[in-house]
Amino acid sequence: MHNLTIAELVKGLQEKAFSSVELTQHFLARIAKLDANYNAVITVTADQALKAAAAADKRLAAGDAPALCGVPILHKDIFCTDGVRTSCGSKMLDNFIPPYNATVVENFEQAGAVVLGKTNMDEFAMGSSNETSFYGPVKNPWASDSVPGGSSGGSAAAVAARLAPGATATDTGGSIRQPAALCGITGLKPTYGRVSRWGMIAFASSLDQGGPMARTAEDCAILLNCMASYDDKDSTCIDREVPDYSATLNDGIKGLKIGVPLEYFSEGLDPETEKAVRTALAEFEAQGAELVEISLPNTGLSVPAYYVIAPAEASANLTRFDGVRYGYRCENPSDLNDLYTRTRAEGFGDEVKRRILIGTYCLSAGYYDAYYGKAQQVRQLIQQDFEKAFQQVDVIMGPTTPSPAFKFGSKGDDPVAMYLEDIYTIATNLAGLPGMSVPCGMVDEKPVGLQIIGNYFDEARMLNTAHQFQQATDWHTLTPEGIA
Amino acid sequence: MSYSGWETVIGLEVHVQLATKTKIFSGASTAFGAEANTQACAIDLAMPGTLPVLNKQAVHYAVMFGLAIDAEIGKESAFERKNYFYPDSPKGYQTTQLEKPIVGRGNVEIKLADGSTKNVRIHHAHLEEDAGKSLHEGDFRHGVSGIDLNRAGTPLIEIVSEPDMSNAEEAIAFAKRLHSIVTSIGICDGEMSQGSMRFDVNVSVRPKGTSELGTRTETKNLNSYKFMEEAITKEVERQIDLIEDGGTVMQETRLYNGDTKVARSMRSKEEANDYRYFPCPDLLPVIVSDETIEELRRNLPELPDARQARFIEQYGLSDYDAAVIGSDAAMAAYFEIAAAKSANAKLAANWTMGELAARLNSQDLSISKSPVTAEQLGGLVMRIADNSISGKMAKEVFEAIWAGEGSADQIIDARGLKQVSDTGALEKMVVEVLATNQAMVDDYINSDETKRKKKLGGFMGKIMQASKGQANPQQVNQILAQKLNELL
Repeated sequence: MHNLTIAELVKGLQEKAFSSVELTQHFLARIAKLDANYNAVITVTADQALKAAAAADKRLAAGDAPALCGVPILHKDIFCTDGVRTSCGSKMLDNFIPPYNATVVENFEQAGAVVLGKTNMDEFAMGSSNETSFYGPVKNPWASDSVPGGSSGGSAAAVAARLAPGATATDTGGSIRQPAALCGITGLKPTYGRVSRWGMIAFASSLDQGGPMARTAEDCAILLNCMASYDDKDSTCIDREVPDYSATLNDGIKGLKIGVPLEYFSEGLDPETEKAVRTALAEFEAQGAELVEISLPNTGLSVPAYYVIAPAEASANLTRFDGVRYGYRCENPSDLNDLYTRTRAEGFGDEVKRRILIGTYCLSAGYYDAYYGKAQQVRQLIQQDFEKAFQQVDVIMGPTTPSPAFKFGSKGDDPVAMYLEDIYTIATNLAGLPGMSVPCGMVDEKPVGLQIIGNYFDEARMLNTAHQFQQATDWHTLTPEGIA
Repeated sequence: MSYSGWETVIGLEVHVQLATKTKIFSGASTAFGAEANTQACAIDLAMPGTLPVLNKQAVHYAVMFGLAIDAEIGKESAFERKNYFYPDSPKGYQTTQLEKPIVGRGNVEIKLADGSTKNVRIHHAHLEEDAGKSLHEGDFRHGVSGIDLNRAGTPLIEIVSEPDMSNAEEAIAFAKRLHSIVTSIGICDGEMSQGSMRFDVNVSVRPKGTSELGTRTETKNLNSYKFMEEAITKEVERQIDLIEDGGTVMQETRLYNGDTKVARSMRSKEEANDYRYFPCPDLLPVIVSDETIEELRRNLPELPDARQARFIEQYGLSDYDAAVIGSDAAMAAYFEIAAAKSANAKLAANWTMGELAARLNSQDLSISKSPVTAEQLGGLVMRIADNSISGKMAKEVFEAIWAGEGSADQIIDARGLKQVSDTGALEKMVVEVLATNQAMVDDYINSDETKRKKKLGGFMGKIMQASKGQANPQQVNQILAQKLNELL
């Protein structure tokens, strides 16, 4: 059952080939048996899942089943779940049980999905390797000595290891696409404002966006149908009709103009990874798409701009974790300052502290213009690069990451090397554009991802493009050793 | 020490709580006085993942204020985060406006005691959220501080004036004028004792005739005109004394304790926070359309100046009465009801400003909390106007209404206070008193003209005593004079 796609599971449930309870028990058993190898799941909600599955089975029997009725999924532990610990990968929230659901969680509940648990992640979504989690690193199902990527590494690894057919994730600078690429699955970061951020613990509010992870583009479309919604609780959510992303999957892509940015194939890109991506591009050409060489000249500025803006916003977003109202509080504080200082010193990990310090510095009097002000200007330039490109092309493609999954600890001492892991993904967050990663090859027995960047709210076309690629290739069907 | 060689420069920052039902970024109630932390939702508590949604009514109220002071309206204003750690600031930042405030430059005219007027320029007014309250030792429990977040997220406009005032009188006239404006247009309840309006006073001094501004200090969070006056007077004296003793004024934030009358430094410029303002990414720019502005302008409630002019015109009030009643929205509304009910506006005005205001003042009550309703006062005034009761009886009736005994008519009936104005009955009463007090009558007859006048009071007293105070004094006066004349 765990090798079936969500599309197949929905069909099987409706045709009563299996029940949701059976399905849920199967995945819970897999998590119980296998997750020790991956550390992908922080919290398993077995009782609630089985109850939800039983309820789903009733609705299925009654013929009153919503879209995802009875389908088990996992939520990234950044989405608040009513009554279930939501840790954000941090000691700071290890004891935090929200009294409310994120809108994304609510949407899946409405759609009848069964939540198996919460997935591991880099602390407060700050990281590209899942090594910053308070709950320990997640291991890549393709190579246990390698990282799964981050920050949604738990969701990516869980889907790759068939611990769940799909999972929610978030992407601030590549946190859906990079782990999707490194774990050989499909992941989509929607247009900023497409998915509600209510109840999604903020890292960098102007960049954060929730999105789905699954094995196929078709499944991502099904999940996005449920995930995307207008939400008046999030002022940055955009009131725009949600199309049926499944409806256009089978459209042909003949005549599709694919922009290939020069800057995404330059120094720093592993040659084998480049080869895999070029081969994928050739496949699109073979299907009748046209490759157009384009330039996104400010790409090189995206990482520095991002590492000003994201930490600046984070430094303010994370101030609320002060030990006063919820979460971790240090023992026996002697006074207010001691409470703040020790709570935050003990509750946050190093990477979070590093980014709070960077952000605080960038916003400080005398530095604001040189850092934050400049970074905002760069952000506009990057946006203009894309706007210009999309006058010429329908989608943009390139590698998701410069190389396949790297080994644990290999970038631990060098935060800049780690930050460069997101060099191809960050620009889309700065521009607010949608991006996705699709498995497109193997290098050293590790997956490589093809990134597809779309124009604003063009997720349907991206999913269609990816689906057409997956109809002709089988990279997305490969299974890590020891999984089947 | 002589202060005459110095002049004072004062600017105000005024926090006005907007009278919206819910908070500026959440649906929690803003009602005052609820049990601690019962009016704070997940957003106000800054729970993880929560997001602000701007209250449109707060935006409209801010625009209304801008229109009332003839200010530029920020058609595209924006919120920023002002970062600082404090337990009553749950997010660790205050969401406020800095670069693009909702209200730009405007003007407020103040009237001074000598009858002159002065223009105070408004630099801008911006929207922001209020903080919660910290309850320290004494207020709370020994050794522990408590936090009440009921107030956190209450919408405020902060009105920033130019340093256009030169003494406490002007500063207070300005403060009162703002109070009058915001209560007249209904955007604030004006309850100063509940913190609905709070004043930060920036004060500096300079030698008379110079133009360069001296170093200023800011005294924060004054919530009464009295405290404002005391704080300004003390601060001006402190600064002048300091300079004349060879010292220099340090830029600092100060606190004034109105109970102990002691001012102290809260933090120096060096200790001041670097607030690290930056645009709030959770909120979109606030766009106010021309249509909205025009609609708010059309529906803007009467401003104090217009109301005062109307009171003179419509009710025949004096300039002074119109200014006193017309500048206070609640008092004006009260007066209009009392005037309508009594059909004697002038007398209603006297009672509103006189007996009622004095009584409320002595009990520290606002007019909206008056135990005597406007209808009740109108009913009382009506009975004075139609001579049913004397002025003296009216005071007794007023007290009874205050005590909750009912309307004027009910009380007059119940206590048998109705004034006797029947000429026949009064004549009979006068004749009887004269007959039973022959010695007084003889004494009267034997006195000269001037002394006779003085002796009239004695007869009046006897007659009023005999009538148990119910005789109409004007009529008694007439009849008495007539009867005594006949005896001469």
